[in-house]
Amino acid sequence: MREITYRQALNEALAEEIARDPDVFLMGEEVAEYNGAYKVSQGLLDRFGPERIIDTPISENGFAGLGIGAAMVGLRPIVEFMTFSFSLVAFDQIVNNAPNMLTMSGGQFNIPITFRGPNGPAHQLGATHSHATECLYANVPGLKVCTPATARDAKGLLKTAVRDDNPVLVLECELFYSHKGQVEDEGTELLIPLGEAERKREGTDVTIISYAQTVPMALAAAEQLAGEKISVEVIDLRSIKPLDWPAVFGSVSKTHRVVIAEQDRPFCGVGAELAYRIQQEIFDELDAPIQRVAQEDVPMPYNEALEKAVLPSVEKIVAAVKKICPA
Amino acid sequence: MPEPEQRDEVEMLATMLLIRRFEERASQQYQAQKIGGFCHLYIGQEAVVAGAVAATRPDDYIITAYRDHAHALARGTSANACMAELFGKATGCSRGLGGSMHYFDKTNHMYGGHAIVGAHVPLATGMAFASKYRKDDRVTLCFFGDGAINQGGFHEALNLAGLFRLPVIFICENNFFAMGTSVKRSTSLKEIVNRAEGYDMPGEVVDGMNFRDVRDKLSEIVASIRKDPHPAFVEARTYRYRGHSMSDPASYRTKEELEQYRLEDPITRLRAQLTREGKLTNEQFDQLDKRAKDEAMASVKFAEQSANPPLEDLYDYTYAEQKVEGESSSARGSRSTQPAKRGSSTKKSRRGADTAASANGDKA
Repeated sequence: MREITYRQALNEALAEEIARDPDVFLMGEEVAEYNGAYKVSQGLLDRFGPERIIDTPISENGFAGLGIGAAMVGLRPIVEFMTFSFSLVAFDQIVNNAPNMLTMSGGQFNIPITFRGPNGPAHQLGATHSHATECLYANVPGLKVCTPATARDAKGLLKTAVRDDNPVLVLECELFYSHKGQVEDEGTELLIPLGEAERKREGTDVTIISYAQTVPMALAAAEQLAGEKISVEVIDLRSIKPLDWPAVFGSVSKTHRVVIAEQDRPFCGVGAELAYRIQQEIFDELDAPIQRVAQEDVPMPYNEALEKAVLPSVEKIVAAVKKICPA
Repeated sequence: MPEPEQRDEVEMLATMLLIRRFEERASQQYQAQKIGGFCHLYIGQEAVVAGAVAATRPDDYIITAYRDHAHALARGTSANACMAELFGKATGCSRGLGGSMHYFDKTNHMYGGHAIVGAHVPLATGMAFASKYRKDDRVTLCFFGDGAINQGGFHEALNLAGLFRLPVIFICENNFFAMGTSVKRSTSLKEIVNRAEGYDMPGEVVDGMNFRDVRDKLSEIVASIRKDPHPAFVEARTYRYRGHSMSDPASYRTKEELEQYRLEDPITRLRAQLTREGKLTNEQFDQLDKRAKDEAMASVKFAEQSANPPLEDLYDYTYAEQKVEGESSSARGSRSTQPAKRGSSTKKSRRGADTAASANGDKA
């Protein structure tokens, strides 16, 4: 193990998969000569050349569709969106073409493509650049969605996504690119399965279900609450679809209380599905109403204080826990 | 350019007849309510796809929009599989899961059948990208209507194809109406072919009612692309005799206009050319037509007698079964690892919408 950044972890995953499989290529805006808008693809053009690391015009609908078409005839494209907020320009390709093709063709055409890039609010970027898109895409049958929160998960999930025979969205945390974490040494094949959550902290009084940006918040909240004699278990979903229901039900059946901390919006958000499924499957395990901490249901304001008021936070998670955990 | 062979032309005439007779049957079956959803007929435009297929190899990629029956039939998909698809049967070319607008046939390199106007044009660019990436000499034929040329994805795809010099022919089947809106009312250009200039690719107008004109001009373009990959744009001027879809009486155009085009009927025209040249007798033509009619008729019977796709297969086509590393073993076993219940919970069975679990092959 060694400590590397989330950015470096993604870079290693890309390099390893492009080196491993000649059908894999990386395409997107500024991925080649500029070395990536967030430097995730640093050095890949030098190493693999312009046939495999391909700059595109600002044309998300076009190059997302190009990737899907290439996947129809057997290539395994990795398509980078400079941010997933821009993926909305390619929404028709991602939602209508990539995931429907297998069904519409009666099983003849699967689409082995990876869409990746930063996702989620990233500090004062305003309403158009702050989308947390996981609930939009998780709604679509045929897509898989993962949300790595650590350097290790970033590497392991991206590598798995590239090898998956279906369209997979790797929603990276824009704010975490410089975060450091322990990752297996280079040369060790690190593949983290899609649909496998991770228990980040053991506890007995309440479960906080988190993913992406809310994972460090949940851990900080747990630390703070430990000082107040509340024992918190923290789950990082890591994948939104498929979702690791056994991990969720197992933890909630142990603690009997649950707070869902999600980075997206509340209406039809990821937490809405979690809450529904928990009450449906293990209603009798619950000792308190399910709590949700999500964004406020408004377009993201630019103003720093207002943006903070919209976003989930350690304070909001702590308050939600206290609401259902009597002191 | 190689001299076209007589056999090929008679064969392509037979293909055009099959398309015509198949769609006449489809129309009848639609009116008898044997076919659901939307159904868009190609009748009148047969020379376009027949000419394009005659100019290319069977392993060249073909992709089109929702008016797609002809493209599959021209590529060799059986009338049986095509009719069964309209009936939603498991023996259909898309197992009854696609319908009229979503025909697919991987074996014959027919890549759909796409029903969002213009959205498949980027896909075609990707298929051509793959040919360049792999350094094979396949050409991608991308068909679309005049309604597609004002969609953003169309322009993005042409720009990318031009930028990367991809081996793709964009074939606009200009039948002069995007649903009920005429080209004059939808497009700023007087000549659709001039779209090509904006992307620095050669553009050509072909007579879409004349098989030989389509084939000959496309053959030249294909030869040029195989020598040195590049995109090209073809405007095939043609006419659909029927409405946009089965529910459209086409009241936006005159009877006289339709009759004018019928005089140029592509099947009649090719027949006349071949007869004049002594390559086809009336008896031979009648035989071809009878064969097409019989095949279309038999396809209805085949479709009627075919089984529906089994309900228990409903979840089989949402995700491709994972054959590679990285599959979640825990997610696969999710149903057998339910936590023990406390108290007397009445657990209902998991609803069908559990695609998350089935994503990794959990259909148990």
